Amino acid sequence: MMLRNADMTQDYVWPNDDLTVIPDWVYTDQAVYEREIERIFHGHTWNYVALEAEVPNPGDFIRSNVGPTAVVVARAADGTINVFENRCAHRASEFCRELRGNARAFICPYHQWTYDLKGNLIGIPFRRGAEGKGGMPRDFDVKQHGIRQLAVTSHRGVVFASYADDMEPLPDYLGPEVLREFEATFDGRKLKVLGHYRHSLPGNWKLYHENLKDPYHATLLHTFLVTFGLMVVGNRSLMLADKSGRHGVMASAKSDAKKLSGDAKKEMLAFKEGLTLREKRFMNFIEEFDSPWSVTMATIWPNLIVQREMNTLGVRQIVPDGPHEFVMKWTMFGFEGDDEEMTRHRLRQGNLMGPAGYLGLEDNEAIKFVQDGMRRVPNGTHLVKLDPENPQGTADTLISESAIRAMYRHWREAMGL
Amino acid sequence: MQPSPPTVANDRRLEALFLHREIEEFNNAYAAALDDNRLTDWAEMFTDDAFYVIISRENADRGMPVGLIYCENKGMIYDRAFAHEKTEMFAPRYLRHIIGNTQILGEEANGDIRARANYVVVQVLYDRPEAKLHQVGVYHDKFRRVGDQLKLAERRCVYDNLLVDNALCLPV
Repeated sequence: MMLRNADMTQDYVWPNDDLTVIPDWVYTDQAVYEREIERIFHGHTWNYVALEAEVPNPGDFIRSNVGPTAVVVARAADGTINVFENRCAHRASEFCRELRGNARAFICPYHQWTYDLKGNLIGIPFRRGAEGKGGMPRDFDVKQHGIRQLAVTSHRGVVFASYADDMEPLPDYLGPEVLREFEATFDGRKLKVLGHYRHSLPGNWKLYHENLKDPYHATLLHTFLVTFGLMVVGNRSLMLADKSGRHGVMASAKSDAKKLSGDAKKEMLAFKEGLTLREKRFMNFIEEFDSPWSVTMATIWPNLIVQREMNTLGVRQIVPDGPHEFVMKWTMFGFEGDDEEMTRHRLRQGNLMGPAGYLGLEDNEAIKFVQDGMRRVPNGTHLVKLDPENPQGTADTLISESAIRAMYRHWREAMGL
Repeated sequence: MQPSPPTVANDRRLEALFLHREIEEFNNAYAAALDDNRLTDWAEMFTDDAFYVIISRENADRGMPVGLIYCENKGMIYDRAFAHEKTEMFAPRYLRHIIGNTQILGEEANGDIRARANYVVVQVLYDRPEAKLHQVGVYHDKFRRVGDQLKLAERRCVYDNLLVDNALCLPV
């Protein structure tokens, strides 16, 4: 039989409209990925780009990203934080190569076009040519040829940028419930950056959101969560989804795992009876937040995770790189005023998270496994059917996938798919 | 020509040579323990108060303390060994540690020996043809004599490959 071209086009049809079956093309298709950049990351969204504590002084800058697009986050002389594409208006060269630094201006090394700390074009060598010959056209207007500058907002020291110029204020974007959890972590104390992790993950970027909207896995995959009572069936917990479905907060209150019922233990292979740690301080939770939860993981659409895992705190930035790959940049922090022992406690507990974290590495591996599974079976689908009484949105049981379904309701609207 | 008689200077040079060799042997045994997945043996190579961290060059250069693995004592190193051997879920793999360019840098006031060595860790996944360079970096070490053995009182693994490939599933 001859293969006709018509057979080779993806028709982007969902198996059904209740969102309980997700087609693999959502995670594997290049055209879908490109539309996500256009409509989500470069669309009507606030994208996390930096903590203010990373650019405290005029001239301070860091390299960052909005979606896959490289941007510079810089503090200008007037104290404002500015975000603009890291791409010369002349020949598209990604001119800022340092991860961070302090500069008076940015000079593209290729032809030395020069930009100020807001991304305005302020200098072109030989603009009028040399010895009366060459140069730019007489009517060339530098104001029309700056680099693309993004809208910027900052809330409690966390900086966001958007390609849209009609964005609502961040609190409205988050909605009241997610905002409350955001402000429980960023409680007004000044942040102190403790360092970064960076890693690449061989999976689709949405799987990271889903992993943190999937409390079911938390009780099954992670021995450390289950055995030490951080997130376990029987805990007081909540899987919050905002009204739009795009943001979420997975929240749990630490309990004593010894009180688990025998039945629950039997369901959870990850529960290890009698497992103890030599470092007893590791799982201590020092109360410092105005919140009933000891653990919250906030997924802020489209590229931010706010981690408050007891006392180890961090933000994670998703940088997609094609349908099958993304980079995560973690910025771990404490607060000004932490004494040395508190900082060390945060660092010790940090062993839970990051690319080598007791929890983190398991999530990374699971995401790789899912992408591998999808790549090796054409036209597959997978199931998110848990908790059918709760079609989409907030769930008060851990055995639920309703927050994932809520995310896909939003995704389909945004994507027109 | 007559061989020169032994001198104090010669003794010192011999001692330095022995120590250098001893540290190289230590690092060979360290690599073998990790490559063979004998993580309890690996944990035994540290002193009780040992500090062990795997930290990016980016963080280390700026004096930022966050590490991929951060252990303040041997108890935490044991907990790591136990977790990686018994509880952690990750795809099976082989690792190969190559340690070289060993240098002895001096002695601390308490007698600990300061040293450094370069390392590479190559990782093989069962379903991929390539052996991937998983980590490349430098060990900044403090060795201490405990009985007749050398132990690590501190090993700071500073890695150059800032962008870690997915997950670091075993120590370096």
